[in-house]
Amino acid sequence: MADGMMPLLRMENISKSYGGVRALQDVQFTADRGCIHALLGENGAGKSTLIKILSGVVKPDTGSVSIDGQMVAFSSPYAANAAGVACIFQELSLLPDLTVADNIAITNPPKRMGFIDAAEQYRFAERLLARVGGHDIHPMAPVGELPLSRRQIVEIAKALARNPKILILDEATSALTAADVARVFGMLKQLRDEGLAIIYISHRMHEVAELADDCTVFRNGRFVESFKAGTKSDEAIVELMIGREYKNVFPARAAKAADVAPVLKTTGLAWGNELKGIDLEVRPGEVVGLGGLDGQGQRQLLLALFGALVGMTGTVEVGGKRVKLSGPGQAKSPEVGMALIPEDRKNEGLMLPMSVRANLSFAAMRQFSRFGIVDRAAEDREIEAIVKLLSIKADGVDGPVTALSGGNQQKVVIGKWLMTKPRIVLLNDPTRGIDVGTKQEFYQLLARLAETGVAIIYYSTDYDELVGCCDRVLVMYDGSIGRTLEGAAITERNLVAAALNLAPAVSAPHSTNAIAGVVA
Amino acid sequence: MTDATLSDPGRRRLQSVTYFVSAQRGILLAILIFVLIFGLYGWKQEVGLTANIINTAANKGTLLALVAMAQTIPVLTGGLDLSVGMIFLLTNCLASNMVNGDPLMTGIGIIGVMLVGLLCGTINGVIVVYGRLQPIIVTLATSAIYFGLAVVLRPQPGGSVNFELADIMTRSYFNIPVSVMVLVAVVLFIWIPYKRTILGRAAFAIGSSEQAAFMSGVPIARAKILAYALSGLLSSIAGLMLTFLTYSGAAKVEIGNDYTLNSIAAVVIGGTSLFGGVGSVIGSIFGAFVMRTVGDLLIVFDINPVLQPLFVGVVLLLAVCVGSLRLLRIKNKVDLYR
Repeated sequence: MADGMMPLLRMENISKSYGGVRALQDVQFTADRGCIHALLGENGAGKSTLIKILSGVVKPDTGSVSIDGQMVAFSSPYAANAAGVACIFQELSLLPDLTVADNIAITNPPKRMGFIDAAEQYRFAERLLARVGGHDIHPMAPVGELPLSRRQIVEIAKALARNPKILILDEATSALTAADVARVFGMLKQLRDEGLAIIYISHRMHEVAELADDCTVFRNGRFVESFKAGTKSDEAIVELMIGREYKNVFPARAAKAADVAPVLKTTGLAWGNELKGIDLEVRPGEVVGLGGLDGQGQRQLLLALFGALVGMTGTVEVGGKRVKLSGPGQAKSPEVGMALIPEDRKNEGLMLPMSVRANLSFAAMRQFSRFGIVDRAAEDREIEAIVKLLSIKADGVDGPVTALSGGNQQKVVIGKWLMTKPRIVLLNDPTRGIDVGTKQEFYQLLARLAETGVAIIYYSTDYDELVGCCDRVLVMYDGSIGRTLEGAAITERNLVAAALNLAPAVSAPHSTNAIAGVVA
Repeated sequence: MTDATLSDPGRRRLQSVTYFVSAQRGILLAILIFVLIFGLYGWKQEVGLTANIINTAANKGTLLALVAMAQTIPVLTGGLDLSVGMIFLLTNCLASNMVNGDPLMTGIGIIGVMLVGLLCGTINGVIVVYGRLQPIIVTLATSAIYFGLAVVLRPQPGGSVNFELADIMTRSYFNIPVSVMVLVAVVLFIWIPYKRTILGRAAFAIGSSEQAAFMSGVPIARAKILAYALSGLLSSIAGLMLTFLTYSGAAKVEIGNDYTLNSIAAVVIGGTSLFGGVGSVIGSIFGAFVMRTVGDLLIVFDINPVLQPLFVGVVLLLAVCVGSLRLLRIKNKVDLYR
């Protein structure tokens, strides 16, 4: 803003590691009063970590944060709130059992004689809701009963209720309708004119173009560049976001014959607002990637295929036969032969206190038991084979799985499902938080599985992996398959462009030339 | 405005009423069950519901009601307090030693007993919060300690209490049992003000989603400690009432355990979620009275009182089933196991 004026927020030399993973490395960030500052970067660029530091959720390893020239170090979100920082998180921070009004005024309710004044709080909530376009939301409604888009509006109202100096929106408009977004934007511009510093994180480039005064790009946990909005083209910004050297860690793939009958076929798969008519076909030996930004329905699609969603419509055919998926137990049965390798390895993948052996054999238990009794010799043979195949580094299979490194734990999760001898493997971001070496082994395993005729659906938030591993990538946007990239058209640039829904979807899916043409 | 129906003030007010009633449905269900079975009890009683019978029922029910109220607040935070029954015993034994003498001494004794209850609860809360331990284990351990202290105070049943006060506290005035007035006073002077403080609301917030509460800047540590402290205080009020009813103190382990377990059942019947975030001590009062009335029903129906646990169990299961109907709405099966 005005020259010579000190920025309201200054963050310098910030570094943060989680375990061995460097989330942020020596980054800087400033925000001025009366400015909307867009923070841009790919999945995993470190944006969310920076926001968490600023809002007191995590502490930085090094670096300094100052507001109004004062050094601050927030020990909790409570302290950050008190210093005038309010954040609208991507994962909503609402309390589902409390009413809308209770949520909005959770830390600073209006009081009378020391007690919360419910009537005044009702009016307070009503005023704030009206301001952010939530006049259809009743202040006494329990938040848990509201649809996601209304919850997001409540979350915004809640942040404003704290009278912040610095307002952070982390993908805060992802579930809103166009009309809601317009109203929220109007409000943000008004707040900017009132002198707030607003930090805006969004993957929607047109939103950034409409709203931002300043932009900062992060990549791989490092600061890349700050610039005035409008001084760079969308293309140039995408270049800044992805411009990292390409490491050839992926095994060569054999070309696939396309005329085999698909082993998995879905038509019109839909579930609530999160899946909107998914048609896909996967042939044996094919690796089909799911691309797109985080949270566009990829996880729901995998869960739907695995039978974990109630009230799903559409049809699923496996091996040419229509199946009614009733749950994971049936999905893994030999008739269907599906395996889902979950993303949340600690909760959905492993039974942490139990042994490596128990974890490996649990899903496949039926295959080496007779009349409900486990054949230990058969179990041992299978386990030995899988430990060797995946080169799991464990001190014997009877130790607890917690004693293993993250990468080896993930191998156990994969091994557990390979033991069921699946025909179709669904992978939900399986390389998140594991080291490069294990990743490389994993890519080779993937290629080998495909060679043996297993069909693979692979969701990854890492575009490199989609480029390196997949025969085809379905890029999801807002619950449906936005575009399909095939063969040479799977490039990082095309993936990012398709994920941001940048170029208009002029071509029918599968028409790779048209896509490449639009992006170039 | 585009949405004429929703911005219409009359309709909005109606909506407010609907939300209010819907938020009280747990309490309303407990009241309904209570009215039904207490009505059945009065109808089967040969002499009808005389003031005397109501007074006796109230006195018996109040003890469990107070202990259940004490249980409710930690449960609202998503915790559990297994020491409520033993704080109840400890304060009973203490009261049988010090609630005596002239009005001044008696008054000091009562305050002392309540402070001890508050202290016991605060200790629970501090260990839970700063030890980062599971409430169930912490309070299991402290309950054994509190029981031990009760035995030290009163190795043999006995002691005494200010007789005039005890007489007042166990009688009825204008056909209203004093014990019921005590319950109303606790609701008016402890529960309602508590609910309307930031820390009281924080208890609900923590039980609803501790992570979201943290992200929202809710003072989690203070709110949890206060929840356990209040629980101790309410248990000590129950301990005082027990002393007034029995004119003595006794450290009997089975009584403490019985009250602890029954308090959890009463909380559940009263519509408070064991996951936290939803509920009220008012529901727990009726939950407690439901449990006590089931016992009385067996007498009027001439069923062996030994079978009481069986019937209480059936009532408890029915109440829990109604409470879990919401699970039928879950669409993502993975969410069922979170």
